[in-house]
Amino acid sequence: MGIIEAKDLVHEYIIRDEEGNVESIRTALDHMDLSVEAGQFIAVLGHNGSGKSTFAKHLNALLTPSEGTLIVDGMDVSDESLTYDIRQEAGMVFQNPDNQIIASVVQEDVGFGPENIGVPTEEIWERVEKSLKAVGMWQYREHSPNKLSGGQKQRVAIAGVMAMEPKCIILDEPTAMLDPNGRKEVLEAVHALNREKGVTIILITHYMEEVVDADYVYVMDQGKVVLEGNPRGIFSQVETLKEHRLDVPQITLLAHELQKAGLAIPDGILTREELIDALQKVADKRK
Amino acid sequence: MLRDITLGQYYPADSVIHKLDPRTKLFATLLFIISVFSFDGIVGFIVMTAFLFGVIALSKVPLSFMLRGLKAIMILLVIAGLFNLFLTPGQVLWSIWKIHITREGLRNAVLMTIRMVYLIMGSSVMTLTTTPNQLTDGLEKALKPLQKINVPVHEIAMMMSIALRFIPILIEETDKIMKAQMARGADFETGGLVKKAKNMVPLLVPLFVSAFRRANDLALAMEARCYVGGEGRTKMIPLVYHKVDRLAYVVVIAYFVLLMVIKVVL
Amino acid sequence: MSFILDNVSYRYSEKTAYEITALDHVNLQIDDGEFIGVIGHTGSGKSTLIQHLNGLLKATEGTIYFNGQDIYEEDYDLRDLRMQVGMVFQYPEHQLFEETVFKDVCFGPKNQGLPEKDVTLRAYEALQNVGLPEKYFDVSPFELSGGQKRRAAIAGVIAMKPQVLILDEPTAGLDPKGRDEILDMIADMHARYGNTVILVSHSMEDVAKYVDRIIVMDHGHVKFDDAPRQVFHHYKELEEIGLAAPQVTYLMHEMKEKGMDVSTEATTVDEAKEAILRLIG
Repeated sequence: MGIIEAKDLVHEYIIRDEEGNVESIRTALDHMDLSVEAGQFIAVLGHNGSGKSTFAKHLNALLTPSEGTLIVDGMDVSDESLTYDIRQEAGMVFQNPDNQIIASVVQEDVGFGPENIGVPTEEIWERVEKSLKAVGMWQYREHSPNKLSGGQKQRVAIAGVMAMEPKCIILDEPTAMLDPNGRKEVLEAVHALNREKGVTIILITHYMEEVVDADYVYVMDQGKVVLEGNPRGIFSQVETLKEHRLDVPQITLLAHELQKAGLAIPDGILTREELIDALQKVADKRK
Repeated sequence: MLRDITLGQYYPADSVIHKLDPRTKLFATLLFIISVFSFDGIVGFIVMTAFLFGVIALSKVPLSFMLRGLKAIMILLVIAGLFNLFLTPGQVLWSIWKIHITREGLRNAVLMTIRMVYLIMGSSVMTLTTTPNQLTDGLEKALKPLQKINVPVHEIAMMMSIALRFIPILIEETDKIMKAQMARGADFETGGLVKKAKNMVPLLVPLFVSAFRRANDLALAMEARCYVGGEGRTKMIPLVYHKVDRLAYVVVIAYFVLLMVIKVVL
Repeated sequence: MSFILDNVSYRYSEKTAYEITALDHVNLQIDDGEFIGVIGHTGSGKSTLIQHLNGLLKATEGTIYFNGQDIYEEDYDLRDLRMQVGMVFQYPEHQLFEETVFKDVCFGPKNQGLPEKDVTLRAYEALQNVGLPEKYFDVSPFELSGGQKRRAAIAGVIAMKPQVLILDEPTAGLDPKGRDEILDMIADMHARYGNTVILVSHSMEDVAKYVDRIIVMDHGHVKFDDAPRQVFHHYKELEEIGLAAPQVTYLMHEMKEKGMDVSTEATTVDEAKEAILRLIG
């Protein structure tokens, strides 16, 4: 069994009027199935409002399913007695870097999680050092978060989660508020954690460039998984992605357009090298 | 102007003062403030000045940084000074038209200004050398006895440290919102009091909405990191008194006793 | 002629130890009806630059002329300038405050002192121009989705009928479809009304597709100022300052290096497609 197993997961938001009567019910997750193996780098793609953030909050037991089951590292998120064990195993990084840093000094913020779960003082310091080094923010340990760039703040937030030594980290659109350099920094840090520490990563995003290096990609729309596969397989379905309000990287789009224009180019081109290779083959044949 | 407030801004440095236990610093600051307001006389102020500047020198925080904190309350100081100067009855020194400057007024104005300045500088030494978290930790532990009478000490301390973290963010945000509304022709400067208050609506609504959203996000982020309140938490920086703290207590008490002696003798 | 920036410098916290030069002797001319992209990484001075254009920041050195008039002259009406030069900031949450979307859009025209009837007309027209369906007019702006909020915020500014429209990262945080919709809407309005539009962005890909001229800012200087394809010729220098040309520009250059005789001018997917098909169609 995988580290995360979602079966028939349903989540309904109940909207009440001022008197507390049910006004309407919005289904944010609609019988969703998903399975993640430990150590994988998973991307969940979807436009704003596709249900991907609601799903993320379930993984950390911030929300519980209305129907169906979600098992995280063998624990059922519906079981309230396990809530804090789940939160420890599945750490969560949110979109807005400012709104998740609690302390006014970087290292004290990273220590916040371990303090909450009662880690002894000596060990907190060890964990803080390890986590800050893992995201390359150790030299900023005594800085105020307010003076850091967006990318740096987000790396501090990741370190704060790492310090709780989770098996799995969920990042809910961690780069949506960052500039391109910040985005690169954060992604590199996350990939390094996955590679070097073996942490399972669930990256929730709508930036297509960020999923190119993922092991497996889920595309969500209207609370359902509408497409899944490896990045190449996903990107070869340009038209389907567009239907779900997403796009593909420029190179993939160009390859797709050229293919439509009649050139013999394979599906799912991801990099410039691949496209040039394919174009050279086409050109050689013409000669 | 809001940016000049040094309160709550930590100045990182490696000094004896930085290393002191926050409780020691809280106690020392309290005693210093009491001393400033209960003693006067030239000899007394020489002792206070020597003590204050001695501590500032030890703290390795540049004096210019301290003075920046004063800039924000400059207007308040000037107004308080002028009130004292003109409105204290007593022996008239000069009078121009209906305004009289009295000996007592002059004395009060000088005394008041020095006291205010020392109050701000004294508390700045504490806030600049203590991280907000240490400060609230110190408060939490110092106020612990109140927990017995059901005062939520931990929650108050946590609220304070979060407030300190978000004040600069909200100040910056206020600036941005003001600009966005000014770009739509909003006017925050002209008009009477009522009109001015009304004109603040386009500034205050987005600010409140944003503050609530931040509070909501933060609560979620804290929950996600297993925060459940003060129970069962360990401390990254547990508060333990060291030798240097004991020494500091002795110095501060000696300073206070010295001032008392001076007052009695002179 | 809309703007002339004559030797404009701006320093934060001037004459203190914290002095930061955000703009360093910038000279620029912006003409009526241009569609301009301003690009630079965070801290390059691009936000500072645009805030000078509507007088929210005052240059510490140099002058700005708007329609031939020095905006720093004593009797120049800066509030009037701000209504002529509309500016939409990055986060719509910073400007939306009224009970309903419609009322919010009325705020700008009302500040202009227009009669009630005109205010309503302006707001209606603006909301139609940004493509916000009528069913949202009486909804609280806080209930809108990210993309709709962005539209409402833009409507709030264009309702003042500004000669110049400046947008600071209007697509930040939007999903790909939402991003394209907003940019298409802006381009469409520019085509219809011919007003000057200045688009601030991090994304070369976005900007290359729409604008006629790109101003690249770096360390408070204007590093490049030219048509997109001319600017992207300098893709190696762009990288040095933390920016990048669109992916297709790299592709064309790499194809050329591999000995394929293709034009390296392309900056958009469509242009690249045509260039490649011309070579091997």
